[in-house]
Amino acid sequence: MTESPLVRLFVILAALVFLGLFLIVPLVAVFTQAFEKGLAAYLAAIREPDAWSAIRLTLLAAAVAVPLNVAFGLAASWAVAKFEFRGKGLLSTLIDLPFAVSPVIAGMIFVILFGRTGFLGEWLARHDVRIIFAVPGVILATLFVTFPFVARELIPLMQASGKEEEEAARVLGAGGWQIFRRVTLPNVKWGLLYGIILCNARAMGEFGAVSVVSGHIRGRTNTLPLHVEILYNEYNFQAAFAVASLLTFLALVTLILKSWVERKSRRSEADAASG
Amino acid sequence: MGIRVDGVTKIFGAFKALDGVDLHVPAGELVALLGPSGSGKTSLLRIIAGLERPDHGTILFGGEDATARDVRERRVGFVFQHYALFRHMTVFENVAFGLRVRPRSRRPGQQDIRARVEQLLRLVQLDWLGDRLPSQLSGGQRQRVALARALAVEPEVLLLDEPFGSLDAKVRQELRRWLRRLHDEIHLTGVFVTHDQEEALEVADRVVVMNQGRIEQVGRPEEVFDRPATSFVMNFLGSVNIFHGRVESGKALLGPFSLDYPDHPHAESRPAAGYTRPHELDVSRSEDGDGLWARLSGLNVAGPVVKLELSAPAGPIQVEMARDRYDDLKPQLGETLYVRPRKVRIFLGSDREEGGL
Repeated sequence: MTESPLVRLFVILAALVFLGLFLIVPLVAVFTQAFEKGLAAYLAAIREPDAWSAIRLTLLAAAVAVPLNVAFGLAASWAVAKFEFRGKGLLSTLIDLPFAVSPVIAGMIFVILFGRTGFLGEWLARHDVRIIFAVPGVILATLFVTFPFVARELIPLMQASGKEEEEAARVLGAGGWQIFRRVTLPNVKWGLLYGIILCNARAMGEFGAVSVVSGHIRGRTNTLPLHVEILYNEYNFQAAFAVASLLTFLALVTLILKSWVERKSRRSEADAASG
Repeated sequence: MGIRVDGVTKIFGAFKALDGVDLHVPAGELVALLGPSGSGKTSLLRIIAGLERPDHGTILFGGEDATARDVRERRVGFVFQHYALFRHMTVFENVAFGLRVRPRSRRPGQQDIRARVEQLLRLVQLDWLGDRLPSQLSGGQRQRVALARALAVEPEVLLLDEPFGSLDAKVRQELRRWLRRLHDEIHLTGVFVTHDQEEALEVADRVVVMNQGRIEQVGRPEEVFDRPATSFVMNFLGSVNIFHGRVESGKALLGPFSLDYPDHPHAESRPAAGYTRPHELDVSRSEDGDGLWARLSGLNVAGPVVKLELSAPAGPIQVEMARDRYDDLKPQLGETLYVRPRKVRIFLGSDREEGGL
């Protein structure tokens, strides 16, 4: 480095001040607000039935979205990385669609499709199926916004590792499932875990798309982020921050897990590069 | 088990990788597929392995049609160019893989697997490295693990794709001799792909020279080297000097030389070229026989063979001579010397695009 120590100090300080202002202070603020009225009030806000129902719905949405995401991500990345087929370019572009579309618009697409006046609305109403302003809508919206996460992580990994190991396994007599379980999966496991962590964080934290389709029915279709918003709009700041602290805690856990997985996967990539 | 390839054609998009290839690999022989990149040698190897399907033609293993047989049922051992070791498994587990994935009815017990893997690791002289990961091995060691892994399933055919391609020169030398010895010990039918003519000539019982999806020549190493069937083979198997000219009335007229060429007794003239290897040229100070005068423009004395470059009016000529002969002659740079080919192979047709004199 040729910069003078003064310049270096300044740059580092600037970065730290920014971090402090925009990340650390808000983080501290969330927890101070949450515990403003003491532990009892904090616990009461979380134990309150509507909060509980929001927690349960958030967990349910994540529990459905993450496994489906893993299945889709594995299939899509396998297809893109290991096969040549028509429409491959289109598929990998479409995978990115949820990243490109604003979540609110994603939510509205579901309303247009499944809402009472939507394309499938009448048919759904006749069969007494409710999607919009109901739990299935929340889950669908969550699925839509999260589905690129695992695939995006795995595609470059699988492309980099090529087909040779799978071919070697095949020549040695392994079947498709054996190849997948013993060769492909171990090679991408850290990337997969990384994708799962990110996907889970997004599934639990999604606001926009879910907000459109949920209808904010307390105790029924509210997820954690929606519940925070409602409490906040009712000027119930302490409760809002108490519930928000759960999401913040989730974010911190995600960050820690993420950096741990990153370190692990870097190590296994270094092995691969020299192996 | 012998392998027969019958009229195999393989097309990738607009590229004809193999064009009606016929080949017989007798049981127990080690055969080299030799050619430049894009000659189809790797495609042929992969088709024999069953990793690719031919568009036309058949593959016979021991007389039986194996074209439709899945790669898993072909009983081949395949060593990949970049080894393709399972990077998250130890050396031991890599070698054991082929045994562990067998259906339960044919899977050996733990004890047997251990014994078999240890025996193979001893065979490739790596029994002390069983616990390592592939990333902790050198290139030559990885190559031998790949070989042990391929041998673990007791293949009847061993296929190797550029087995020494990514190793440094010295390791390559050692491994070549080692592979030859190993083959003499276990007597598998073996096919390996290489673009290195030295490797092919040194290791193989039989060399298959390929070019543009076709086989140019098949023969024992000394056969293809001494009696190349085409100008391509001649050119590919070592450096050559090319003298362009024509043949007519039983004579080959190649610039300054004229040679007898009874194969073309007709009066009608046809373009032809004479090919001579650098060690097949004599250099002296006196005019003697059919030759030409050329100026010595380059000299490399390092090594047992001295390399000379001479410039003739029509272009440079490469000559190799024994050290003793060089010490007798003591040619000086800039000196004009008389060059006479002892042996010239004549190929009809214009080979102008290949350059030379």
